[in-house]
Amino acid sequence: MRALINLDANSISDAVQAAAQVRAEGRIAAFSGGGTDLLQQIKDGTDPADVIVNLRTVNEAREIEEGAGGISIGGLATLTRVMENAAVRARLPALAQAAESVGTPQIRNVATVAGNMTQRPWCWYYRNGFNCFKAGGEECFSVNGENGQHAIFGGGPSFIVHPSDIAPVLVAFEAIFQLAGPDGEREVPAAEFFVLPRVDPVNENVLDESELLARIVVPSPPENTVSSYYKVMDRAAWTHAEIGVATVIRRDGNAVTDARVVLSGVAPIPWRLRAVEEFLAGKPITAEVAREAGEISIEGAQPLAKNRHKLPMTSAAVERSVFGLAAG
Amino acid sequence: MHSDSFDPATERQAVDPDAPQSPSRREFLETTGATVAASTVASFATPAMAQPTDAAAPRTTISVSVNGVRHEIEVEDRWTLAELLRDGIGLTGTKIGCDRGECGACTVLMNGAPVYSCGQLAVWADGAEVRTVEGLARNGELSPLQQAFVVNNAPQCGFCTPGQLMSATALLEATPSPTADQARAALVGNLCRCSNYNAIVEAVVAAGGGGVA
Repeated sequence: MRALINLDANSISDAVQAAAQVRAEGRIAAFSGGGTDLLQQIKDGTDPADVIVNLRTVNEAREIEEGAGGISIGGLATLTRVMENAAVRARLPALAQAAESVGTPQIRNVATVAGNMTQRPWCWYYRNGFNCFKAGGEECFSVNGENGQHAIFGGGPSFIVHPSDIAPVLVAFEAIFQLAGPDGEREVPAAEFFVLPRVDPVNENVLDESELLARIVVPSPPENTVSSYYKVMDRAAWTHAEIGVATVIRRDGNAVTDARVVLSGVAPIPWRLRAVEEFLAGKPITAEVAREAGEISIEGAQPLAKNRHKLPMTSAAVERSVFGLAAG
Repeated sequence: MHSDSFDPATERQAVDPDAPQSPSRREFLETTGATVAASTVASFATPAMAQPTDAAAPRTTISVSVNGVRHEIEVEDRWTLAELLRDGIGLTGTKIGCDRGECGACTVLMNGAPVYSCGQLAVWADGAEVRTVEGLARNGELSPLQQAFVVNNAPQCGFCTPGQLMSATALLEATPSPTADQARAALVGNLCRCSNYNAIVEAVVAAGGGGVA
């Protein structure tokens, strides 16, 4: 690995100030929560950071607490802590399932909630050093290239897919993200944290370079809310989602009163299926309703030459997810 | 190495640094490597280092406990924990396979939890308790898990074995009698190019006192 400097941060405020200072000195800082992906990118040369702001020495923003306003999850909570937390398992089962589906125990033991949602795309062009939009270039090489794992929704000019499993769950639960920067804190709804390439072709979210995702607050789900995360992979374990379906449904008996269905792995941001949500409202969850929800889920999809398999895959995954939440 | 001819006592004696012996395979390889390196890159003064040392590279002094022994050691900020263990402390049981957090050969326990040591900077281990495969045997006795690996022929080429052992050790400490499915879930981050997964899972289950149906 090339020579670099590790700076231990003592607090979130210390970390963002340090990052701003490093930038002011003309160097490139990168925050490291678990560092699982960052170190790989530095070794590969796809991340230019020469100063790592180490967050493992930060003792705050690690809590997972249930309070009056909902469940508060520190950005530095590890995925292992999230999947094992009793309140998360009881109140937000989709989040526990999504966290448990990430990578391997070795990754989940250090990888953080914030890092999982701000990890860079896994497009093979970007990861192999192509000067694409994500690397600051002017081209998306997948358009006329190997695009089997690329976006069927929301693509252009870049066609990456958002890789996080927990992000669509937090969008579905309508979480609030608290961002900390050198000039203070701000709050952003989860759905507005992620940005399409047509808005910003380089960055996947609204974070400034010296800002951190410090905390996530998930409002307590109303009574009779059920949820799940269903992940389809191209092998049985240890990879990203071909498609992941975060489904949060509020039921009255077996009738849907309110639904959120948000996808991972098919769009540059967690992709909300509003047409499916509207279709489900007021209907009982039957096999036929679930099948129709699956059909509706791919309306408006724009597949590339080599990713058409994601259409039937999306329909099937949405159908199974919805039917899986039918009352007992 | 086959289990029917494996004798831990003999094996230990063979690696006892105080025992009179012919040069070990490692010493032989390092000597050979030094010759090759010297003929191409004269600045490779320390053949045991995986990379050239750089006097200008930022350094930090850390305190890390490895298998119960505390080390106060100056590291380059860019060193991974795997490089510190192997090149800085000389514990070469931890293997570097992919060096990109994918294969699991470098798995060690950090404060009790399995991590990829190639994916941690050594400086991040400041203050941590690290356990490596060298720390599993106690008083010259292999751990029950290691014994089960021997009996069940879990290692083939053996390169992934240290990492498999560390992930399985963490599993057994949390779940003393795991099922085969629990063993598979715990070992999902440890790849075996020999594809000897069934024997590895059988060994882990056997170490917990169970049997794979």
